[in-house]
Amino acid sequence: MTHLSQERAPVLEALNRYKSMRVVPFDVPGHKRGKGNRELTEFLGEKCLTVDVNSMKPLDNLCHPVSVIKEAEELAADAFGAKHAFFMVNGTTSAVQSMVMSACKRGEKIIMPRNVHRSAINALILSGAIPVYVNPGVNKELGISLGMSVADVEQAILENPDAKAVLVNNPTYYGICSNLKAITDLAHKHNMLVLVDEAHGTHFYFGEGLPPSAMSVGADMAAVSMHKSGGSLTQSSLLLVNGLSEGYVRQIINLTQTTSGSYLLISSLDISRRNLALRGRDIFDKVSKMADYARDEINQIGGYYAYSRELINGDSIFDFDRTKLSVLTLDVGLAGIEVYDILRDDYDIQIEFGDIGNILAYLSIGDRILDLERLVSALSEIKRRYAKDRTGMLSQEYIRPQVVLGPQEAFYAECESTPLEQSLGRICGEFVMCYPPGIPILAPGEKVTAEVLEYIQYAKEKGCFMTGTQDSQVNRIQTVKE
Amino acid sequence: MFYDRYSGQSSEPNTDREGVIGLELWFTEQHTDNVTFSIKVDRQVYSGQSEFQRIDLFDSLEFGRFLTLDGYMMLTEKDEFIYHEMIVHVPMNVLPDVKNVLVIGGGDGGAVRELVRYPSIEKIDLVEIDAKVIEVCKKYLPQTACKLDDPRVSIHYADGLKFVRSKKNEYDLIIVDSTDPFGPGEGLFTKEFYGNCFKALTEKGAMVNQHESPFYPKDAVAMQRAHKRIIDSFPISRVYQAHIPTYPSGHWLFGFASKNYHPIENFDAVAWKKRELKTNYYNDKIHVGAFALPNYVKELLEEVE
Repeated sequence: MTHLSQERAPVLEALNRYKSMRVVPFDVPGHKRGKGNRELTEFLGEKCLTVDVNSMKPLDNLCHPVSVIKEAEELAADAFGAKHAFFMVNGTTSAVQSMVMSACKRGEKIIMPRNVHRSAINALILSGAIPVYVNPGVNKELGISLGMSVADVEQAILENPDAKAVLVNNPTYYGICSNLKAITDLAHKHNMLVLVDEAHGTHFYFGEGLPPSAMSVGADMAAVSMHKSGGSLTQSSLLLVNGLSEGYVRQIINLTQTTSGSYLLISSLDISRRNLALRGRDIFDKVSKMADYARDEINQIGGYYAYSRELINGDSIFDFDRTKLSVLTLDVGLAGIEVYDILRDDYDIQIEFGDIGNILAYLSIGDRILDLERLVSALSEIKRRYAKDRTGMLSQEYIRPQVVLGPQEAFYAECESTPLEQSLGRICGEFVMCYPPGIPILAPGEKVTAEVLEYIQYAKEKGCFMTGTQDSQVNRIQTVKE
Repeated sequence: MFYDRYSGQSSEPNTDREGVIGLELWFTEQHTDNVTFSIKVDRQVYSGQSEFQRIDLFDSLEFGRFLTLDGYMMLTEKDEFIYHEMIVHVPMNVLPDVKNVLVIGGGDGGAVRELVRYPSIEKIDLVEIDAKVIEVCKKYLPQTACKLDDPRVSIHYADGLKFVRSKKNEYDLIIVDSTDPFGPGEGLFTKEFYGNCFKALTEKGAMVNQHESPFYPKDAVAMQRAHKRIIDSFPISRVYQAHIPTYPSGHWLFGFASKNYHPIENFDAVAWKKRELKTNYYNDKIHVGAFALPNYVKELLEEVE
């Protein structure tokens, strides 16, 4: 096949050709290029509705691409240095799930840190794979989970030589990276696949001075959230593959992915890939500089700690993504979630999330220095108006999970709804987590401990948005019948 | 006859009428989606794009020279005195012994021109984000920019929001002479900015701000938002008005916010008279009367109080 240039955008070009053909639509979607739903067209715009179309020969088919989507996926693979790239339209969640399900069948083991996103453990429920958790390191001062140390991964590998894969966050939500290269080499030496959750790492493929990407160190698969730092539409994502059969992975994807892939999402992936390939270096250079600037300004306020590469310790913080603006708020006497709420309610500033001790502001090419000044000034004001003594602030400790049952077994076991306070010592049958960040406090199959209950209570008091349980108030949880 | 329309060397209107006979050149600003305001332009004096905005200067027969930023009217030679007198003399005759003044925005120099008339003022920090505005005004708008070289004036090219963040208990008066809250001036209409100003003021200090218009709905919403945020930050906050022909609806508001001083109760009319400053709009009766607001404006303000 001829090698297309990164300046091309095959899906975009095909949609433009299709529009100019003025084809009469007697197919779905039923809004018929927006004419059947004026209110929607008025709200989203006619340009948007005219390309909300169905799969057809000139536009290819996401489930089995043979023409323009195939070309667009090849261009993406080329841009990201992968053997193959799949366009994903069910979110990075589905990319993570497809990755896990491609690597592990029922009963097979996968080594992963416990601070994974819920989508990874969801994949275990779907596939029946068994997790082997590696405790992530913890930074006591920041109260956040870090990366996995290479020695801990090695121990898990030696103790579980039958494991099929190792899953790594690159980076964590907070920007922390494990030694991905060393872990990849180690896993490969033991014939295990390396799966990388790069939901927060799209820019690693394009920026300079950023941590290494999964494909660059020879990992086998990576789930890349193009819609986060890559600029594509929400819910669009990429699954990158190096070491597995393209056809098998596609079968796995098609188990759960829609057969009506949205061309809005698909074209946004195509256009964003082109933008990153042509301009990514400049873009992320600017973002890094903006984040560095904001960190300096925030650290000058006093009380807040906006951390960066000084944390690097050669192991559990092997690298740090300096585009992430993570700030420790505890010394101002406020939980991160409190600062998050005040920023939105009082200052009309929406940040990505606040947890017990930290806030995270997500920076991208869409930001302006003027807006960063607002964020910094608001933080300075929040300190002036609300600062309290730090006493009594709970720092977020990593709670070592006690896994009793596999996630699938526990989830499908006969469960009963149990008041939180009576659940001590029982086995949990569902998830409990704060969202964001969506890292489970309890996952199916884990024992409910006093530590966990105290943490849930505190998070609720501070106003964290709790989710995962059948009971929307999170006053009761499902526990496995004894 | 040919002349270089961009050289702008002369501030005299073009007297050679022959060259422009029949020339229908108009500056038009959209005041709402359905209302426009136009001034017949004699010639364009300057046009340039800075890092932040587009800057234009025109000469007109009716309003003299006028400055626009991103196509929005900032000032005209004919009516700028109203705005600048009202934003300076009102606080200056309420607060005792003003020594340190911070002017945010106001790169045209009009507020500074009025301020330097008070000998008690020792220091004026002018913080303008756009150096180009000052450069252009110094060159083409001497009527307002004439006192920017006064030895008491220090010009800082910075974002006002950032500049004031690190200041504490430093200024007796802060004048927020901003553009509209859409564009580079939007940070100057935020709660964090007003809170930072509160912190930067001394105990006897006050902040006066350009407070948008109550008349057209879009401006009124901006006006209400600003008011809400100011009352959240200051114990005393009052709004006053002036009539400015070239601003949307002509009905314009200012905000007076302070820690301790009331704009009418603490107004020192005797001191004002003793100063013997000649003004064209401001006087002691206007000072008090400007705080008397129409009912619809009062209602808009009360809605957010």
